[in-house]
Amino acid sequence: MTSGFEHAGFLSVEHLNSLLAGLRANAYQCLGPSVVNGAIVMRELHTADALPRGLQAAQTAGQYRLTPDPENRYFAWANGPQAIKPQAFVPQESLWRAERDESGVLQFVAVHPEPARQAIIGVRACDLAALALQDAHFLPDTRRDAHYARRREQLFLVAVQCAVPAATCFCASTGDGPTPTVGYDLMLVELADGFVVVPGSDKGEAVFRMLELPAVTPQQIEAARQQGLEAAAAQTRSLPSPDLREALMKQLEHPRWDEVATRCLACGNCTAVCPTCFCHAETDTPVLDGRSSEHVRIWDSCFGESHGHLHGFNVRPDIRSRYRQWLTHKLATWHDQFGRSGCVGCGRCIAWCPAGIDLTEEVAALTAGEAQP
Amino acid sequence: MKIHSPIDSGPPHAATVLARTQESPTIFTLKLQLDDAAAQAAYRFAPGQFNMLYLYGVGEVPISIMSDPGDRSGIGHTIRALGRVTQGLSALQPGDKVGLRGPFGRGWPLQEVGGNDIVLVTGGLGCAPVVSVIHYILKRRERFGKLVIIQGVKHTEDLIWREQYDRWAKLPNTQVLVAASQGGDKWPWHVGHVVELFSLARFDPTCATAMMCGPEGMMRAAADSLLQRGLSPMRLFLSMERNMQCAVGRCGHCQFGGAFVCRDGPVFSWNEAKSLLGHRGF
Amino acid sequence: MAVTLQPSIKPRVAVHKFSSCDGCQLAFLNLGEDLLALAERVELVHFAEAGPLDPDTDVDVAFVEGSVSTPEDQTRIQHIRQHSRLLIAIGACATSGGIQALRNGSNRAEWVAQIYSHPEAIDSLERSTPIANHVKVDFELWGCPVSGPQILAVVNALLLGVAPHDNADKVCTECKRRNLTCVMVSHGVACMGPVTRAGCGALCPGLGRDCYGCYGPAENANTDALAAQFSHLGLTPRAIARRFQSINSQAPVFLAAADKVRARDD
Repeated sequence: MTSGFEHAGFLSVEHLNSLLAGLRANAYQCLGPSVVNGAIVMRELHTADALPRGLQAAQTAGQYRLTPDPENRYFAWANGPQAIKPQAFVPQESLWRAERDESGVLQFVAVHPEPARQAIIGVRACDLAALALQDAHFLPDTRRDAHYARRREQLFLVAVQCAVPAATCFCASTGDGPTPTVGYDLMLVELADGFVVVPGSDKGEAVFRMLELPAVTPQQIEAARQQGLEAAAAQTRSLPSPDLREALMKQLEHPRWDEVATRCLACGNCTAVCPTCFCHAETDTPVLDGRSSEHVRIWDSCFGESHGHLHGFNVRPDIRSRYRQWLTHKLATWHDQFGRSGCVGCGRCIAWCPAGIDLTEEVAALTAGEAQP
Repeated sequence: MKIHSPIDSGPPHAATVLARTQESPTIFTLKLQLDDAAAQAAYRFAPGQFNMLYLYGVGEVPISIMSDPGDRSGIGHTIRALGRVTQGLSALQPGDKVGLRGPFGRGWPLQEVGGNDIVLVTGGLGCAPVVSVIHYILKRRERFGKLVIIQGVKHTEDLIWREQYDRWAKLPNTQVLVAASQGGDKWPWHVGHVVELFSLARFDPTCATAMMCGPEGMMRAAADSLLQRGLSPMRLFLSMERNMQCAVGRCGHCQFGGAFVCRDGPVFSWNEAKSLLGHRGF
Repeated sequence: MAVTLQPSIKPRVAVHKFSSCDGCQLAFLNLGEDLLALAERVELVHFAEAGPLDPDTDVDVAFVEGSVSTPEDQTRIQHIRQHSRLLIAIGACATSGGIQALRNGSNRAEWVAQIYSHPEAIDSLERSTPIANHVKVDFELWGCPVSGPQILAVVNALLLGVAPHDNADKVCTECKRRNLTCVMVSHGVACMGPVTRAGCGALCPGLGRDCYGCYGPAENANTDALAAQFSHLGLTPRAIARRFQSINSQAPVFLAAADKVRARDD
């Protein structure tokens, strides 16, 4: 991170469009934050003027509202209802197709997606940490997911340091933010009069060179660092430890699971907005003429009935066991699978839970009395 | 432990039903052959591995392979018609087509346990993944010590392959113990829980390997009993069942704690599985 | 036991109407090109709204729209059941009694007298009830109205010789797959999505509106938790009860939820 800042340039506010031009010159379609229906989501971005300047995202358990940013910044909103998960792990896509002729003979045809080259502007540190976990899941050396790989390699990530955390943010306690450290192509730090621009990859370096920026000053570097520290200190929620494996697996019969089940809607919103959740169902959609059928994968959730469905019975028929599966997977057994927790502290599961269930509060209740490191 | 990889990572391969056998009112066996000769020639599996069988327009189901890996005449699957896909598969007749992906997962450690007495414990249709082991051992009988086959069913009519059990019981160095929780007319075997048969099993616990498949509560009870007799937990294995849709550790449905049953299992050692086995909700 | 047909046959199909608005029949008619494909693969022997009229003949599949609301409905549904191999109830009326079941909690004679100048001309039952209250129903398709893709999925499954897939997941699953933003969280509106069955493709949230539960209760519908959140959003107990007392007012889960809220209010 330190060395990154030292190779950085400075992009003044009035030249923000040159960044978009540089990305387009590298044949990227630009996706950026946009206000749709009262929330900040990623949409095609043609000009920097379309960015949601001067907005913050006030978030609490079960509530998200856009509010004015007194400093009129571009990226003062902490995050929106989705990270970049849907860009690589799309909610619905065909994997292959079965074709059947009149005599019943079957042929199977692989479906290959052809995604556009996309530059995503406004990616947060938590989103990058989550994407690294999705990469670990979908692109292990031994078995790469072709569909995910194809989309993933088309992405160019323009990250942004978070200066204004939401009340739901706790990335500082998971070690994933608020300043991006790895995984980006370019990183921006928004200061009062412009952006510290840091290249983070060869692809990023190519765009960075095209911008021909003046070098950052030591004062600007210091301001960027200070801003990151202050944003971390401003976070009000936290997890007690990055590793809760033992603490949670000891509490599988805790009465809190029953209590949270009375409040949980089992709607699966937390899993859909979670940037690391990877569960998906595979389903078939036959064409009515009887000649072909698409084999499609769609986002699924451990809160749904069919997730635990088994020949003759359901492994998780009730909300208690579904919530417990989600939380213990995310914070405990994830360590067995990926060597770290599955939570990056983005707080989306808290803000976007229609019932306002707060993961950090549940963890605190479940592990109360445990000695924490 | 020998693991065979699927022939490729793409869509299923077309396969033809060579034969169909009705084993009980709801259980049937399909013998399949891949249509593509090169794929059929390349296809290898280990007992305990499974295939994803695809029924046109409906979907895929994971089904363990019950035939002998050395039998190149076809791939055998014994299936209970219960869900949408398996009910659809039960209507197939010789000549009909399905899709097949596989084989997937980790099979039984048969290479590593030569010379051991082998204790096989199964409940209900759990016998299918283990029957491939029986076939495997009987074809390579000299490599193993005593063979003990313990099978439990709820109702007497749930016992499939009755003639095979009778035949196995007459083989030298082989013991067959069968129990039904609820007995009936002409039921020659034990009436009661399968665990009650363990005291009758003749094997050397210091040099035996046990393999189990069936309801998790039954496997836990069987494991307690076997371990009490002195069997090493290192030599106790079981096959798990979970919802599987992708078969390659990706879709997330089969998670059992940190394990993906489709990829890390379905065969687990006792030490790998014991902490959550039978724990409702996992 | 299985809700299946032989995959080889060209099934004879009837579409019947009971007390209803015809909207679910329109889901067939609105299939567009798929309707032509459907006509190729099945024999439509009775479908008054589309033309063919033969309500008394034996069929493989009878789709039944509407609730049982009159004495005539009561006898006709028995007749249809006797002449149908499979009977599939489609839509909120057929599965829960529909909007007309709002009368179930009131005094029939009283309101009939209030509304109609010749009450004696009205020959309706005290209550509007779902088809399954009267005959064995092999499969229920919820929704007001049901959607074209739902109908196609059922027909496809039957043509393939397998049981239709019963999707009891919540509307939220479809909402998030469409990348829609939760309207309850971002606008504070009382959305019924978290307790309502999927199938509509999150139609209302897709238009920035709250779901009003027209697909009936989902599996594991935690109506207590949703009512608590509605209260948190500022809805009065009366308003909360009304959220549950709409298209599917008599679906047991929604009826119980409303009763519970009202009881607490008393």
